[in-house]
Order: sequence, then C-alpha cells, then structure tokens
Amino acid sequence: MNMGRGEPRWGVFFTVLIALILQVLPLPDWLSAVRPSFIAVVVIYWGIFAPHAGGIFAPWLAGLALDVFKGDVLGQNALAIALVAYIAMSLHQRLRNQTLIQQSLFVFAVLTLNEFVVWGIEGWSGHAVSSPWRWIQPMIGAMLWPFVALLAGRTHSRS
Amino acid sequence: MAVFGSGGSRIGGGRGPSFGFRFFCYALLSVVLMFYDRRGGWLDTARFGLQAAIYPLQLAVNSPSAAWRWMKESFTTREALQLEVDTLRNQLRDQQLMTLRQAALESENATLRGLTSAMPEVIEKRLIGEVINVEVSTLRQRLLVNRGGNSGVHRAQPVITGDGVLGQVFRIGPFSSEIILITDSEHALPVQVLRSGVRSIALGTGRATALELPYVPQNYDVKVGDVLVTSGLDGVFPFGLPVGRITRVDRDPTQPLAQIVASPLAKIESDREVLFIWARPGHPAAPASAEALAVEAPKPAAPPKPKPKPAPRKPPEQAPEPAPTEVAPSEVAPAETPPTETAPAEPTPEPAAPQPTTPPPGTAPAEVPST
Repeated sequence: MNMGRGEPRWGVFFTVLIALILQVLPLPDWLSAVRPSFIAVVVIYWGIFAPHAGGIFAPWLAGLALDVFKGDVLGQNALAIALVAYIAMSLHQRLRNQTLIQQSLFVFAVLTLNEFVVWGIEGWSGHAVSSPWRWIQPMIGAMLWPFVALLAGRTHSRS
Repeated sequence: MAVFGSGGSRIGGGRGPSFGFRFFCYALLSVVLMFYDRRGGWLDTARFGLQAAIYPLQLAVNSPSAAWRWMKESFTTREALQLEVDTLRNQLRDQQLMTLRQAALESENATLRGLTSAMPEVIEKRLIGEVINVEVSTLRQRLLVNRGGNSGVHRAQPVITGDGVLGQVFRIGPFSSEIILITDSEHALPVQVLRSGVRSIALGTGRATALELPYVPQNYDVKVGDVLVTSGLDGVFPFGLPVGRITRVDRDPTQPLAQIVASPLAKIESDREVLFIWARPGHPAAPASAEALAVEAPKPAAPPKPKPKPAPRKPPEQAPEPAPTEVAPSEVAPAETPPTETAPAEPTPEPAAPQPTTPPPGTAPAEVPST
C-alpha cells in the first residue's frame, strides 16, 4: 500500500492553505501583477516529492477555492492546477533525479502551461482581462523553485 | 477538506495509469463546472455555499491589515484625534447647512411641479458594509464586503460611498458579497451630465481612476469639470447619484464621437466603508431638472429628488416650463440623446420605471425616449 507511511498529508494541507493565502493576500498593484501562482509551485513540490499524499483531489480543491476567492469561472483554476499536479506526478521519478536548474526549467514550463490554460478559459468565458505581466509570473515562480526545493531536502527521504 | 484521497480512486488505482485516469475525472468535472457556471442557474446556489465555506479564510487573510489598522487607531495621539474631531465637526456643520437648504429646495420643487407635498426620499433603506481586504481579482476592479445574503443584500444592488457611486453587487454569499466597481472594465453605467443633461454611458476602464464615455457625439455640451450623475435608466441605480467628474474632453474633428474621460468621485482605493442602498419601490427617478441645485453643492451624498408617479404627471410636464434650471437653450437640444441611452451591459434586464424626460423648453415635445 502506498498511501500510508509518513506521507505528509497534513503538510500538504497546510502548505496548500498557506499558498492559497499568499495567493489572495492584498499586495500593491505592481507586486500583485507579477505574483506567481504559489499554489502551482506547492502542488508541483508535493507532486514530485510526495505524489501520493494529496493526489489530484487536493490540488483540484485548492484551485476551486481559488476560483471562489477570485470570482472566476468555477473550475478554471481547478482544471489548471489539476493539470499541473498531474504532470508533476507523472514525471516525479524522473524529476527527482534532476538538478535544480532542470527542475526550475520544468517549473517554468508547467507554470506557463498553467497560465496559458487560465488565460484560455478566461478568453472562452468572455472575461478576458489580461496584462502582459502575467507571462512574467512563471519566470518568477521558476526562480522561487530552488528555495522551495531546498526544503525538499527534508521530506525527500520520506516520500 | 482534511480527507484528501478519499473515494475509491486511490485505493483501487495503481501508481502509473491511475494518475491519468484521476486527472481525467477531475478535468471532466472542472469542465462541467465551468460550463454550468457560465450558464448560471443552479450553480449559483452552490457558489453561495462555497462563498460561506471560504469566508473564514477570507477573514484570516484580512486579519493582518485589520490588526494593523486597529493598532494604528489605538495608538493615535490625542492631537490627531482632536484634529479629526475638528474636521468632522466642520463637515457636519457644512452638511447641516446643505440639508437646511435642501429642505427648502424640495418644497420649492414640489410647488413648481404642482404637487401639494414632496415625495419621500428615494433611498429607503441603507446598510453599512466594511471592505474585506482581500485581493479578489488582480486585473479587475472588485471588492469584497462583509455583508451578504443574510443581511438582505441582493444581486445588482447599488453600492455607494459618501462621495458617489461605487458599484453594484455582483455575487453574494451568506456573509459576504462581491462588488463590481464602476471602474471595472466589464461595467457600464448610464449617466447624465448634471449641468447640461447630456446622457451617455460611462464604461469602466479597469483602472481605478478613470471612466470612459465613448458614445457622446462631438457637438454635445460636455465640458471638463462637469459632474456626472446616474441617469436611472438602468433600473439599478436611482437617479441623481453622483458618479464622477469629467477630466478630459478630446474632440477630434475627424471622428464622429468625442473622447471623454471622467474620474470617479468615490474614493475607491481608500474607502473602508461602503453603503448598500435600497431604492424606494415604485419611486421613479426624477427627470433632469431641479436636481442641479441639490447636487451641485460641494459634498453631495445628494439623494435624488422625489418624483411624482409618472402616469398622471407626464402629459402636463411636456408643455409648460416649470424648471428654470433646465438646459440653457443655447445649444440645440443637447439634453436628448435617445440613441445612446439604452443601457447595454447592466445585469438586470427589466426596464426602469418609465422615464419621463422633459425636453428643454424651446424644443418641440417630439421625442420621448423609448426605454
């Protein structure tokens, strides 16, 4: 059975919650324009280092909460984050053995995908309000990754 | 929420393919949600519940800034407080003077209209709400306020501040509601220039400081500094609430329409408290006449003027000229802009109470806008 044995479920819960709070914390405009998707970063982290702790349900739920928070179309962020989680989980064995730089590149690609999905759904649902800054966000998320991954040193062995 | 992998999918599935299958399920679920959310309907009630579920989290996010404000307030010096009391006292005096004047104006207005007594205020009820400091949406002009369905707030309810129109209720939860500001790029508000009576639609730009009036023809009487008030044609806002002040008028001779920009009067970034208002049902908004006097005063929370029932009043109103403050007859009928005044984007489709519009005295009583 792969589900038990020290997989940090509560860790997943709390970190996702914290990411959610960071995501909606009121910031000055110039900062919030480049705020990366913390939830996606955290979800990638758990997807790689504890792929069975949260499954896809936790990321999906966090995305749904974000939708309610932001007043977006329900399911928009949920789908994007679930996709991010799925990709990270499917590739977790390969990603664990990669260097930080390679992982960062992966994070960049996945966050861009996340942003792209959200952007596409916004366009489809007729709420297209966009700024070019949003395409900077994945880069910032990727730069954040090494710091997040340093924490992984601790949980790595547990997974 | 604590139980994550609940459901059979975890236990049943192996490692490899189950990820894909589960993702497929959740993706399908998301798409279904999006589809139905877009269509409206039953999902609105689900969202109502979800709003309630997430409210504690929103309060948690709000708490640092709330605590900071509380700290700042508790450690204010005596001098600062004294200063504030003084300014408030001055303000109160000014407002009292205005109110005195307003009572006189109201009765004068009633006599001019041939009424025996003035009608009651158009704003029947109000409710103070406090802004929850949460980032609702990065690029949109939205606010979260701590009043919701449990306080009787409903969708498409006007929300104002002491300075002017702020927006309207967009979504509600039991304890909170999301407000779409008039500066949101998805918001359109039928307005009227107070001085000349020109009607148009103010579109939000997505920036907190600007409104656009893209549908005003070149030769209409609009100047920088003019005050915009709601025209009441949308069936959401009562007539005569101050909206903004015109800051720029560009007249490019090659274009049929003037480029007009206004700045909203409600101080949106800084306001902590907002006011939900209920208009008196069956109280039609007044036409653009004597309100000029009431609202032009410096600090206008100016509620619209009472207005008689439209049906009996309309015929006599066309002919005589009871309103001396009506459009100066200098320009040719700028007061009538029938083609531009039907509200396009307002959420409530039901037509406003019939809007009798008085043509300026000189013009023939030809057109009555068909709303």
